[in-house]
Amino acid sequence: MAAHLVRLKLTLLRNGLRRSVWRLVGLLLGVAYALSLVGAAVVGLVVLGAQDDPELARTVVVLGGVVLVAGWWLLPLVAFGVDSTLDPERFRVFALRRRHLLTGLTLAGLVGVPGVATVLVGGASALAWWRDPAALAAGVLGGVLGVAVCVVGSRAVTTLLAPVVGGRRFREVAAVLAIVPLMLAGPILLGATAGLAAVADALPEVARLLGWTPFGAPWALGADVAEGAWAAAAGKVLVSLATLAVLVLVWDRALSAAMVRPEGGGGHVSRSAGLGFFGRLPATPTGAVAARALTYWLRDSRYAAAVAVVPVMVLLLWFLGRGGAVLLGAGVVVAFVMGWSLSTDVAYDDTAFWTHLAAPVDGRVDRAGRAYAGLVVGGVVVAATDLLVLGVTQRWDAVLPVVGMSFGVLAVGVGLSSVYSVRVVYPVPKPGENPFSTPQGSSFAVMLSQTAGLLVLLAVCLPTLGLGVAALVTDVLLLDVLALVVGLGVGAATVVVGIRLGARTYDRRAPELLQTIRSFA
Amino acid sequence: MTPSPVPAHDQPVPPPEGAPAPGPGSSPSARPAAPPPALAIQGLWKRFGTKVAVAGVDLEVPTGSFYGLVGPNGAGKTTTLSMATGLLRPDFGRVLVRGHDLWADPLRVKALLGVLPDGVRLFDRLTGAQLVTYSGLLRGLDRDTVRDRTADLLRTFDLTADADTLVVDYSAGMTKKIALACALVHAPRVLVLDEPFEAVDPVSAANIRDILSSYVASGGTVVVSSHVMDLVQRMCDHVAVIAAGHVLAQGTVAEVRGEATLEDRFVELVGGRRTEGALAWLRTSSD
Repeated sequence: MAAHLVRLKLTLLRNGLRRSVWRLVGLLLGVAYALSLVGAAVVGLVVLGAQDDPELARTVVVLGGVVLVAGWWLLPLVAFGVDSTLDPERFRVFALRRRHLLTGLTLAGLVGVPGVATVLVGGASALAWWRDPAALAAGVLGGVLGVAVCVVGSRAVTTLLAPVVGGRRFREVAAVLAIVPLMLAGPILLGATAGLAAVADALPEVARLLGWTPFGAPWALGADVAEGAWAAAAGKVLVSLATLAVLVLVWDRALSAAMVRPEGGGGHVSRSAGLGFFGRLPATPTGAVAARALTYWLRDSRYAAAVAVVPVMVLLLWFLGRGGAVLLGAGVVVAFVMGWSLSTDVAYDDTAFWTHLAAPVDGRVDRAGRAYAGLVVGGVVVAATDLLVLGVTQRWDAVLPVVGMSFGVLAVGVGLSSVYSVRVVYPVPKPGENPFSTPQGSSFAVMLSQTAGLLVLLAVCLPTLGLGVAALVTDVLLLDVLALVVGLGVGAATVVVGIRLGARTYDRRAPELLQTIRSFA
Repeated sequence: MTPSPVPAHDQPVPPPEGAPAPGPGSSPSARPAAPPPALAIQGLWKRFGTKVAVAGVDLEVPTGSFYGLVGPNGAGKTTTLSMATGLLRPDFGRVLVRGHDLWADPLRVKALLGVLPDGVRLFDRLTGAQLVTYSGLLRGLDRDTVRDRTADLLRTFDLTADADTLVVDYSAGMTKKIALACALVHAPRVLVLDEPFEAVDPVSAANIRDILSSYVASGGTVVVSSHVMDLVQRMCDHVAVIAAGHVLAQGTVAEVRGEATLEDRFVELVGGRRTEGALAWLRTSSD
């Protein structure tokens, strides 16, 4: 039975590769990345072992092990679909012994790049004591236990929380929230390294404490033996085994509950009274398209994600510029993101795009409605950013160029997106999927076209940005006014021309566009 | 085998690859005085990569008929209907709605059609009421008309209680019903529905049948695809059997089924029925 599940996992992996060359490339890159990590870890551990510093070895191995375990337990909750190939709920219809299912799923969890890499690193952790045979043996045992805690814990946590995590609301909110610390990782790390020097002295003590927790116990085994602390070592084995026992128990319970839970049952049902934007915007086809798009900006996490990263970007700029004039560029960066995010508008519709195609709607209606929504949402966000930035820097004298640049870039982005989104569609996260996941199948051609689009955007914005920057560094009122007028003028012209060109393409190619989108499904 | 009711022209000879599109002259149904059919499909071809999905389909749907399109899975029903409603561009052939060429003047012709495609998403982050409103406004109805019709449709399809629920949280059957409401909101002259009864509960299905029947009685035309023969036999007055991209038979239900039931006739036309010795071990008496 266990062998069957492992074989199933391998078959899924192989068939996945057969579907696309890019998957193979992705896998090879993943393997190369993992190998380099494992290699670095092994070298590091051997060097560590040569130091003959048990305190250091314990600190490094235990802390590394804790991070590894935490990663296995928590990452699947945020980065969904990391491994849903053997979702236990898929085995609901088969009459399987739970014991067999547990063993099989555990072993199958080790198949794949992260699994193999974890086994290698877990085993190699013993190398930190390669000069002491007894500690080495204890380290190997600890490594095995540690890997087991990783995999079983990961399965237990995901199975236990599956009903919560599976809810649409949770997935959408969590995915957006999870990206914020990731984007801020750079500044946090920078700040942290400053603080780390102070913390460094406390680390051995932290490692000693963590060694008694379920996360760290297996990894502390080798260190205890190396110090000759046999009682402590026995204690660690006990903690590890108890952890495993509890995890298996929890997993078993969760699994048996999952096996009888109706599929997709229950869950939160979203309601929204009234017609929302449909009641407020003009009752015309264009107004309807705009109302639909505005509703999606608020309700679809893929659009909301673009808005959600705005504060993060402002923070980043504030950090980079140390509160200085660089912050004045925040409006431009935000405007760029908001404007260009419209370039995936049709791709985000997915097959729902047929609604426009089946209706007697011409390109101008479709393009103008979407552009209107993008300008309204983008305008609000950009205006808020500008206000915030000008207030923080107390540079109210710079209001004209800042507004001219940011709104100019926003309008140019919307205008160019109006052309781009009907020319190029590529696989994007489907409605309801993690907005930050990148689906397979984005080709080199798509990357080229994206780059070309961005270059055009830059070229069109260049006069505005040049005037704006000049106005900011000098103190000439004429430049201020020019930056505003040119920015808004070029932007408005781009929107008009973009809608017109995009509409022409739409009228010519809309059915082909839908066919392309359907081919991604 | 009973004499085939199929007119000779419904057995198309596939033209060689790269041959020019069959012109309108290849259509046999050009009766000068009669009113144009609600929907005429002439020599429609579509190829995906190396697979020919639709190979020269000719169909004529008379005005005021309830027309069933039946065929096994993968027969080309969805592809044909997609091309007939402007969602998929045919490689060759013409689609005439009340005599107007769809692909020559899409905007004008699409206004006459109500469409329910199969296997596609809806804008499901809208509430049910918003989605129907959206469809109505997209087709140029004014606000009051849309509001009244949306309320009517939601009541008719028993969705009033869920009017403010997001469509993404609807069940499969409710989703079908709201999509059907969207197809009806602008009172189209011709309704093209791909698998409208899939996942719909029996009571709702009966309601939908009543709605469609009274629509046909008042002069509308309905084309439905289905693989439930019994349903088509009871509901439709015309039927076409399509398999592997070809029309095998078409005409009134009585013409096509002859003495047999539609299901038997269908199996006879499409072939592939196995009865002898299949899965002998499955019989519980065998052990």
